[in-house]
Amino acid sequence: MSLLFKGRNQGAQRIKVSKLQKLFMFFSDNLRQAVSSLGELTRAPFASLMTIAVLGLSITLPAALYVLVKNLDRVSSDWQQASEVSVFLKENIAQQDIEQLIKRLKTWPEIKRLEYIPADKALDEFTQTSGFGDALQYLESNPLPNVILVYPTSRHAQPNSARDLLDRLLREREVELGKLDIEWLERLHAIVAIAKELVTLIAVLLFVSVILTVGNTIRLNIYNKRDEILVMKLVGATDGFIQRPFMYTGFWYGLLGGIMAWITVALILWWMGSSIDRVINLYNQSFQLRGLDFPILISMLAISVGLGLLGSYLSVKRYVAQIEPK
Amino acid sequence: MIKFDDVSKTYPGGQQALRRVSFHVAPGELVFLTGHSGAGKSTLLKLISIMERPTVGNVYINGHNLNEITRKDIAYIRRDIGMIFQNHQLLMEKNVFDNVALPLIIEGYTRKQIEKRVDAALHRVGLLRKKRNLPMMLSGGEQQRVGIARAIVNNPPILLADEPTGNLDPALSMEIMSIFEDYNQAGGSVFIATHDLGLIARMKYRTLTLKQGQMITDGLTQNWQEDGHEPVI
Repeated sequence: MSLLFKGRNQGAQRIKVSKLQKLFMFFSDNLRQAVSSLGELTRAPFASLMTIAVLGLSITLPAALYVLVKNLDRVSSDWQQASEVSVFLKENIAQQDIEQLIKRLKTWPEIKRLEYIPADKALDEFTQTSGFGDALQYLESNPLPNVILVYPTSRHAQPNSARDLLDRLLREREVELGKLDIEWLERLHAIVAIAKELVTLIAVLLFVSVILTVGNTIRLNIYNKRDEILVMKLVGATDGFIQRPFMYTGFWYGLLGGIMAWITVALILWWMGSSIDRVINLYNQSFQLRGLDFPILISMLAISVGLGLLGSYLSVKRYVAQIEPK
Repeated sequence: MIKFDDVSKTYPGGQQALRRVSFHVAPGELVFLTGHSGAGKSTLLKLISIMERPTVGNVYINGHNLNEITRKDIAYIRRDIGMIFQNHQLLMEKNVFDNVALPLIIEGYTRKQIEKRVDAALHRVGLLRKKRNLPMMLSGGEQQRVGIARAIVNNPPILLADEPTGNLDPALSMEIMSIFEDYNQAGGSVFIATHDLGLIARMKYRTLTLKQGQMITDGLTQNWQEDGHEPVI
C-alpha cells in the first residue's frame, strides 16, 4: 500500500504531533501567512500604497496636532512657573515690621523666594525708566508703596494654588493689597484644554475613518478572493484559517501606515522648526520643539496596527462567514 | 459512512429536489449515482458535502448527523470527504503543488509531510513533472487529475466525485477509475455521480439511480433498459 492510501480509512484523525512541533507549526504557519500577505500587497503596489497613504495621513493629522498641543502645554507650563505675586504693603509700616513679615514669609512652604523692593528704590527705578523724572521731582512725598515680589514654588504656581497663596498673603496685617496676573494664563490653559479636546475628537473621527477604510479594502479583497475562499471551505478550511491572511493584511496596512505617519510628522516638524524658532526668539524664550519621543512613537504604531487589525477583523468576521459553497 | 434516512429536500419556492431517499454506503464501498438532469443528483451531492441541509430526514456522514452539527463542525467533517468537481475548482493563481497541498496545509501537516504526500498524489495521477505549472498551463483532463490528486492527498475516508470523467477520453477515464478502485481497495468509500452509463456498465459496481427526486434503483448493474438511460438491476 502506498503512502497515499495508508492509515486513514475510518474518519479523520487529528494528526499526531508533539506540543513543541505544534508550537513550531503555529509560528511557521503564521510567519508564512504574514509574509504571503505582505507579498499580496506588493502584487498590487498602487492600490496598496493608496490605502497605506490614506491610513498614514489619517494618523498624521492627530499625531501632528498632538505634538503641537504637547509643545504648547510645555510652553504654558514654563510660563506659569514664572508667575509671581506682587504684595503691596500698607503705608507707615515700620521697617522692623517689614523685616518680621519677610522672615515669616520665608518659612512658608508655598514660597520659593522673595524679593523686597523698598518704596524709595522703586521710585528711583521709576524715575529712571519712566521718562517722568522731572515731573516726579514735584511730588511732595513718594506715592509708591513698599513691595514684596513673591515667587511661588512650581507646585503652587498653578492658577488655583497661586490664588490660594494670594488670599493667604492678603490676610497678613501688613499687606494692603496683592496682585496676581494670571487671567491670561487661565485663558491659555482653557485654550490648550479646548485644543486637547479638539485633537481627541479629530483623532477619534480619523481613527473611525481608518477602520472603515481598512474594513472596506479588506471587504474588496475578500470578494476578489471569493472563488479561492469557496474552494478552501470545500476542502475543510475553518473560517479562522481563511480569515488569518486578511488579518495580516490589516496588520501590514496599520504598521506601514503608522511608519508613514511617523515619517510625515518628522518631516512636518523639520519643515516648521525654523519658523517656530523665529517666533520663540521674538519672545526671548529658550525653547526646543519636541517631536515624537520613543514611547509616543511606539504608542502611535500600536494604535495604527490596532486600527488596521480592528478594521480587518470587522470585515472578515462579517464577509468570510457570508461566503458559503452552494 | 454515508447514510440517508428518509431524506427529502425542498428548495425555497417549493421545488422538491429529493423525495424520501434512503440508502447507506458502507466503509470500503464504491457506489455510482446516476440519473437524468434534474433527477436530484446535484442536490444529493450537496447534502453529502454539507452545502445544503435536508428539509426532512437525516443525513449521516461518518456517524455525524448533519442536522445536529454546528457551523464550526462543517469544516472538520469536510476534511473527511475528498471532493472532485466537474469544473475542477482549482486555485488558478497557485501552482499544481500548492493546489494539491491545500488540504494538508489546512490540516496542519509539516512541510516535509506535505512534500511527500503531494509528490505521491501527483505521481499517482501522472502529473509529478508538472507540479510547478499553473493550472492554466494544463489541459482540461490534466486539471481534472490535479483535482483528483487534491481530493486523495490527505487520504480521506470518503471520496465524492461529480462527473470525474466528464472531460476525459475513454483511456484516461479508465486510468482515473483505476485510482478510485485502488482507493476503494485500500478501505475508502467512493461515491461517484456520473452520466457515463458506459463507464457504469464496464465497472460493475453498486449503482443508485434517481428519477424526479426519487431513488428508483439500488443494486449491481446488470443491463440497461432499451432506451439506454436507466439501468436494470
